[in-house]
Amino acid sequence: MVAIWIAVGVVAAVGAVAALALGIADKYLSVQEDPRIGLVTAALPGANCGGCGFPGCDGYARALVAGTAANGACAAGGAACAEAVSKILGVAASATERRVAVVHCCGTRSNAIRVGDYNGIADCASAAAVAGGDKGCRFGCLGYGACANVCPKHAISIVDGLAKVDKRLCIGCGKCVNVCPRKVIELVPAKATLHVLCNNPLRGPEVRKVCKVGCMGCHLCEKNSGGKEAGHFTFDGFLAKVNYENFPTDAVIVEKCPAKCIVEDAHFESGH
Amino acid sequence: MKTVKSSFKFHGGVHPEYHKDLARDKAIEAIPLPGTLVISMSQHLGAPAKCLVKAGDKVVKGQLIGEKGGFISANVHASACGTVKSVELKQGAAGGYANAVVLETEASDETAYMPPLDWKTATREELLKRVDEAGICGMGGAGFPSSVKLNPPPDKHCEYLILNGAECEPYLTADFRMMLEHADRIRTGVEIMRKVLNGPAVRIAIEANKPEAIAAMETAFKDIEGNVEIVILPVLYPQGSEKHQIYATVKRIVPEGGLPIAVGCVVENVGTVAAIADAVTLGKPLIERVTTVTGDGVNEPKNVLAPCGTRYEDMVAFAGGAKENVRKVLSGGPMMGFNVADLGISTTKTTSGLTLLTEKSVFQYSSHACINCGTCLRACPMNLNPAAISCAVESDDIADAEKRGVMNCIECGACSFSCPAYRDITQNCRRAKAAIRARIAREKAAAAAKAKG
Repeated sequence: MVAIWIAVGVVAAVGAVAALALGIADKYLSVQEDPRIGLVTAALPGANCGGCGFPGCDGYARALVAGTAANGACAAGGAACAEAVSKILGVAASATERRVAVVHCCGTRSNAIRVGDYNGIADCASAAAVAGGDKGCRFGCLGYGACANVCPKHAISIVDGLAKVDKRLCIGCGKCVNVCPRKVIELVPAKATLHVLCNNPLRGPEVRKVCKVGCMGCHLCEKNSGGKEAGHFTFDGFLAKVNYENFPTDAVIVEKCPAKCIVEDAHFESGH
Repeated sequence: MKTVKSSFKFHGGVHPEYHKDLARDKAIEAIPLPGTLVISMSQHLGAPAKCLVKAGDKVVKGQLIGEKGGFISANVHASACGTVKSVELKQGAAGGYANAVVLETEASDETAYMPPLDWKTATREELLKRVDEAGICGMGGAGFPSSVKLNPPPDKHCEYLILNGAECEPYLTADFRMMLEHADRIRTGVEIMRKVLNGPAVRIAIEANKPEAIAAMETAFKDIEGNVEIVILPVLYPQGSEKHQIYATVKRIVPEGGLPIAVGCVVENVGTVAAIADAVTLGKPLIERVTTVTGDGVNEPKNVLAPCGTRYEDMVAFAGGAKENVRKVLSGGPMMGFNVADLGISTTKTTSGLTLLTEKSVFQYSSHACINCGTCLRACPMNLNPAAISCAVESDDIADAEKRGVMNCIECGACSFSCPAYRDITQNCRRAKAAIRARIAREKAAAAAKAKG
């Protein structure tokens, strides 16, 4: 019985000494931190996606308080977040437009041919290093999910050998854009509803050899959107590209596209 | 001249099934001139050559059509007479795209070779210039330009010239047949190289499983003067790797990231040596090579002498065509070769083999988690820890992989070959190396941009 009391006494004494030491340390060794950093960090979404260019939300909050970063760089938080930050810091929010990722490819397993069976590591860059990738089209999405693996919001899923972005979840951080070895993903304004889902600038016959739904550069989309003067489309070789500064909205363009690679709102719901 | 047995065994290595019996007894056969050749401007290591011809031009066999594009680069010559159909981007065996000349050939005996040289009277500079002009590069696989190898920096001296006749890659027999049938050319090449390198000792390294080649070399080099030895190497993959061959023959270790000349050695493939002999004595540039078309997926495995730029489909057709149940086509052998998805790809100066495997020979697997058995550590000839590197890469920790020396990996595939959990270790190493190279290139570009202002 005595042994128990000795043990209790010793632990209590050690605790008391440690508490005293910690109390003193807190009083004399504490580092003064701007309290606003904590407030701003709390106002940010906490996704730590890095889309703002800073190491996580805390890094961005520090930069905001120090005045070295513009308010509004947070793609995930959007306007609401920028407003909350401007309330804390008193800096006006710069207008930001919500941007989301689009995969410019619609060559699913049934539409685009695969020239081999790849069974190495499930990573796009590695697959691309084996005989240039198993997809016949060397510009299209390989579908091994490098983008899905880096997405902080799990907004990207691989469906039928093709990466698809859930528009509701995408925060526009751009990590997928950087990781894609085929450079097939682009950040576009969330308001844009028409997208050319092809990335192959080669001539029509060469595209057709590898994909049923590749853009052939027929310029019909340009004609149906009011001609060249309207400026809704630009062309890279034999590939139509939506001019996202001045994006088209007319559903006729989708209907008339012979390759069926222009779609209205390419986004889908991932179920996450 | 004497024959010795190597007593230095490097760490690691594996024993794959060699399957050399498929083509080892088949004498080298020249392929009938194919109708179309696709001659790549990037057949060697380093900068691609600058294309000198355009569509519609007539070219003659041996004519210079690609000028070397830098210090580490090589000239490209027309492998046959004909008309240039187009110059376009074509996929190479490794998957990358490079400019290539599509040539419609015509049967003609016309040649545009360089004037022959007498190597005994020619100066060192003349010989070196000839090797450079003939566009000769290492024909073992890496394609390092020979003129760079043969011209070491002034502070380095070549003490040993090592002839690589190991051919440790399973299935391939091209070098073996070269040694058997063209021993005299190899001897001339050695004498030329010895002159260019200011008289180094010569070591001819051959694996012990090629006694006929050893005998052929012994006969050819019987009366040669100077320090020449045939070194019989133990049969072990990757014995043909430059660094391991240097260790096995002269027991020297090439420093990390260094070239063989750092330890006073120059290693050259036997095929390259024969090409050097042709370039000097006949004035013939490197426009053809022996390629083994083999594997259980071809009807008649053969050692084919084909012009550089022959399409794989022509090679396979010459070897009796492919069987129906071919599952895998490899440019090279099964250990270090590249998977090929398209038989429209053409041979280059470095294509030592074409291996077609049927379903029976292709092992379908799925990777499992690492079981920490350490088999890959015992197999790695570079003394790396492949298991740890592979795990680091899988968790995207490229920095850790770099710390563990992944840049020393020679991608021989011994780790993946020996892994009982079927892990894609070599592929992970390649992925890490590519990521590190990309990072270094980015840093260089950033530094250059900064220096510019």
